[in-house]
Amino acid sequence: MRYLPHSEADREAMLATIGVGSIDDLFSDIPANLRVHGLDLPRAAGELSVERTLGRLAAKNVPASSVPFFVGAGAYKHHVPATVDHLIQRSEFLTSYTPYQPEITQGTLQYLFEFQTQVAHLTGMEVANASMYDGSTATAEAVLMAHRVTRRKKAVLSGGLHPHYRAVVETTSAMASDTVEALPADPGATEDILARIDADTSCVVVQSPSVYGHLIDLAPIAARAHEVGALLVAVVTEVVSLGLVESPGAQGADIVVGEGQSIGNALSFGGPYVGLFAARAKHVRQMPGRLCGETVDAEGRRGFVLTLSTREQHIRRDKATSNICTNSGLCALAFTIHMTLLGETGLVRLARINHANAVKLAESIGEVSGVTLLNDSFFNEFTLRLPANAADIVEKLAAKGILGGVPVSRLEPGNADLANLLLVASTEVNTDEDRAAFVAALKEVLA
Amino acid sequence: MATYFTKDHEWVRVDGDIATVGISDYAQSQLGDVVYVELPEIGKQLAKGDEAAVVESVKAASEVFAPISGIVEGINAGLVDQPAKINEAPEGEGWFLKLIIADKGELVGLMDETAYKAFLETL
Amino acid sequence: MTMNTQGRPTDAGSAGVSSTDTFTGNRGLQIEEALLFEVGRTDVTGVDLDEPEAFAPRLGKLARKSAIDLPGLSEPEAMRHYVRLSQKNYAIDSGLYPLGSCTMKHNPRLNEKVARLGGFGDIHPLQPLSTVSGAVDLMAELGRWLIEMTGMTSVALSPKAGAHGELCGMMAIKAAILARGEPRDIVLVPESAHGTNPATAALIGFKVVTVPARPDGTVDPAAVKALLSPQVAAIMLTNPNTCGLFERDVVEIAAAVHAAGAYFYCDGANFNAIVGKAKVGELGVDAMHINLHKTFSTPHGGGGPGAGPVVFSSRLAAFAPLPFIRIEADGPVLVEDETAVTDGEQPFGRMVAFHGQMGMFVRALSYMLSHGADGLQQASEDAVLNANYVRAGLRDVMSQPSGDRTCMHEVLFDDHFLDGTGVTTLDFAKAMIDEGYHPMTMYFPLVVHGAMLIEPTESESKASLDLFIATLRHLVQRAKAGDVERFREAPRFAPRRRLDETRAARAPKLKWERPQAFDQAAE
Repeated sequence: MRYLPHSEADREAMLATIGVGSIDDLFSDIPANLRVHGLDLPRAAGELSVERTLGRLAAKNVPASSVPFFVGAGAYKHHVPATVDHLIQRSEFLTSYTPYQPEITQGTLQYLFEFQTQVAHLTGMEVANASMYDGSTATAEAVLMAHRVTRRKKAVLSGGLHPHYRAVVETTSAMASDTVEALPADPGATEDILARIDADTSCVVVQSPSVYGHLIDLAPIAARAHEVGALLVAVVTEVVSLGLVESPGAQGADIVVGEGQSIGNALSFGGPYVGLFAARAKHVRQMPGRLCGETVDAEGRRGFVLTLSTREQHIRRDKATSNICTNSGLCALAFTIHMTLLGETGLVRLARINHANAVKLAESIGEVSGVTLLNDSFFNEFTLRLPANAADIVEKLAAKGILGGVPVSRLEPGNADLANLLLVASTEVNTDEDRAAFVAALKEVLA
Repeated sequence: MATYFTKDHEWVRVDGDIATVGISDYAQSQLGDVVYVELPEIGKQLAKGDEAAVVESVKAASEVFAPISGIVEGINAGLVDQPAKINEAPEGEGWFLKLIIADKGELVGLMDETAYKAFLETL
Repeated sequence: MTMNTQGRPTDAGSAGVSSTDTFTGNRGLQIEEALLFEVGRTDVTGVDLDEPEAFAPRLGKLARKSAIDLPGLSEPEAMRHYVRLSQKNYAIDSGLYPLGSCTMKHNPRLNEKVARLGGFGDIHPLQPLSTVSGAVDLMAELGRWLIEMTGMTSVALSPKAGAHGELCGMMAIKAAILARGEPRDIVLVPESAHGTNPATAALIGFKVVTVPARPDGTVDPAAVKALLSPQVAAIMLTNPNTCGLFERDVVEIAAAVHAAGAYFYCDGANFNAIVGKAKVGELGVDAMHINLHKTFSTPHGGGGPGAGPVVFSSRLAAFAPLPFIRIEADGPVLVEDETAVTDGEQPFGRMVAFHGQMGMFVRALSYMLSHGADGLQQASEDAVLNANYVRAGLRDVMSQPSGDRTCMHEVLFDDHFLDGTGVTTLDFAKAMIDEGYHPMTMYFPLVVHGAMLIEPTESESKASLDLFIATLRHLVQRAKAGDVERFREAPRFAPRRRLDETRAARAPKLKWERPQAFDQAAE
């Protein structure tokens, strides 16, 4: 087996040094009647064979890059510079552990410090942590944090929150016996969330752009929340939008969580992604997850360490702010490298291209008879009302080689009012030809 | 003014109806450099054994328990910015809080300095 | 504050000013690297993008009004920045990484290659299922391997890491108890457990009761039985435990737990010791997470991403969260929501958006296919062989908390052998850095004083272990010879000396702040 260095002679010699007769003697603590003798699985395979097996499975899937592609709803197809994937595969990043020994992990610690700074700047917040698993789990953690800060137990969720995110929050809250008031799906951005905020509210959770693509004015929601001592948790699932849209921090958010996949990370069928988590400095001790901080070494040289660890499970155990241990280090690295390559100039331009492509697409689709655009405002994704079942249309488009968006019914099944709604995203990867092909195919399948 | 100690290494110094509470020199030496303190709100009612404050070093977090029952009358707010005082003068300037004593009878179960020193020998 | 001519503070922490004796602060190949925010410029970009043609924006009133302050670097600058940072890291690829409980084994690059195939890396979680049947097949195949290796009934693939898997398993237990309508709210956790165990139980409202350990760190069935009651929901047990020992009485414990109407959660962090040697389903386990980044070698990446699939016994299988894979006659089906749930399935909810860590699933399956049943068993055996070889090489000079006995995949020492030397566990570990090794896990498990937990993994050759053993023997000898300075000063040859963690925690500096301009600072 190519990954195992020992020869049989090595093994014999080592057993002799240990002073046992056979390898089985080392497993003697496992009761004999429970020992397994062989698994019903294939035998070892060479690299070529494994590559072929997995290559065959991969070939059954349709990659985003191979077709006109307009699928979003919380994960976005963006171009990632070649430099990013090269750098994250450097051995010293890829095969290092959590930086528990800061003297020999300054590389990881410094990029985490830079990542935290970038996320804080992007979201308009004072502090950011070293990443969460993804946007949905970050949102659930934000609700728990708000409960700790306010010592209240009720979260109000906007109907524009991604339904999967809502489900994750609801699952955690139900298990922890906390209260969730989730507003109904809000494809038209017409909900009156202010009326739902009261003196029992711990936090109000609002996504902008919403899952239906609308840009939500967070300032009045923040103001109302603060009047009653509640927090505003702002959710961003398309982080590229922050290049053009006012930051949640500037609009008064107390906690900002987001999905960072768009920057630096592949679609990868939903994971691994990188959760962003930012907050006000006064609440830092209630934050979940790892935090990297600046200090000096014994020679007075600047260095970085994991800090405020007493919030965490390995010290606080059942009183920890979260049970999170491993986070999303390498995805955070991909994020921070891509963001560094973009810089402010590149990010703003990338955002403008995304927005321009989406505006052009919305205008073109407006020509298709029977199709209505539900959005006044949007960034790179919007909601269409089709004259037919959206899931059927998406399948018909797929048969024509176009991945034309996410039917809302995929996220909100069983709601007949939403069955004809389609979420459509457009990013910098879409060409004029892609757009034309999409519009033409849509006309055909609706005809 | 009599000073009493608990097995959890809090000390309590009684002056009339007021008790000053802190952690012992032994406790601070076990914790190491204190980096953070969380103090209760003034007016908070504490029963004996309730969590009164939190003290953290880099690697450890500990609750400080109320050695006796009472109402929080004062806190050493300066500790928040200068937690090092707890290491430098744990049984002086590094005090945590003052309580209006609810029941002096609760002092009976606590150790005096000699008994506490003997207790430390057993650890 | 003392100021230099550029208007920057010149305290010891500033970049480029240190007590090192070179002009640059560099030490040969150890090259200092400033922060991105000190070298980047907001008007520089390393990505060529064309401005779009003029268009009418649809941002409403919410267009950004202020700058973000995100410096950029050109491509060559970025390359150098991150390569220099990488060179300050220790990694498995550069040396033995004996972190007990963390399982730092070789990360095959085939796994990286296949995870990047377009058909895996470039597919969207919400594109039509008709266009991702190979992805669903792969998840089903991974599930099949995990179920066969553990002897369990079903698997939830979606949890994103070990602790998240624990949460998933405990949520399933809570759902099962709620379904039974019982008021069980206590979870038993041995004092040797990983901190994630009590943290997870507490997160969803369970009260944690600690089970005392025997002197060797194992759990006494009598101690468990004494704590069992109709209030107890579950026990969370790590097996092999955090002291590197197989819990010999696990079957008896499981039987007692089940007899009391409670469930047995197994922390699978150490599953790598027993793959192909024992099936946890046969030990009485009801739920166990599997750290794909430990046992199945998906890279740790400096702290993630991980993946923590959870296998369930028949007692809990019905409660597995959405989404899950159902095996039907025509092949595997991805069940994404309640409307697709059939009789007998009672998912407790959803752990994550989408379907879990697909990138890790591909890597883990690639690792499993490469090893096969025979290779997986051999890997477990070699991991245990290597740990025992280290034990044998050090048993006469280092101390073991419960005497010299066979261990599983990791060997635990305490600091007794350092008594009277003036050297602490921390000092000893830092001296290993100067010798070119990443230290072992220190001060964990908590039940052992000055613990040093060494997990060499199966990836180390005999020659590598021999040098490691010789190095530790040398360090022990130096400590006993009174060479205390070597330890207290260590590390001396790393990119940084010991860092001031007290300073970092007392006044946390968690992001870069622009230095005050000279005129402001002078006011």
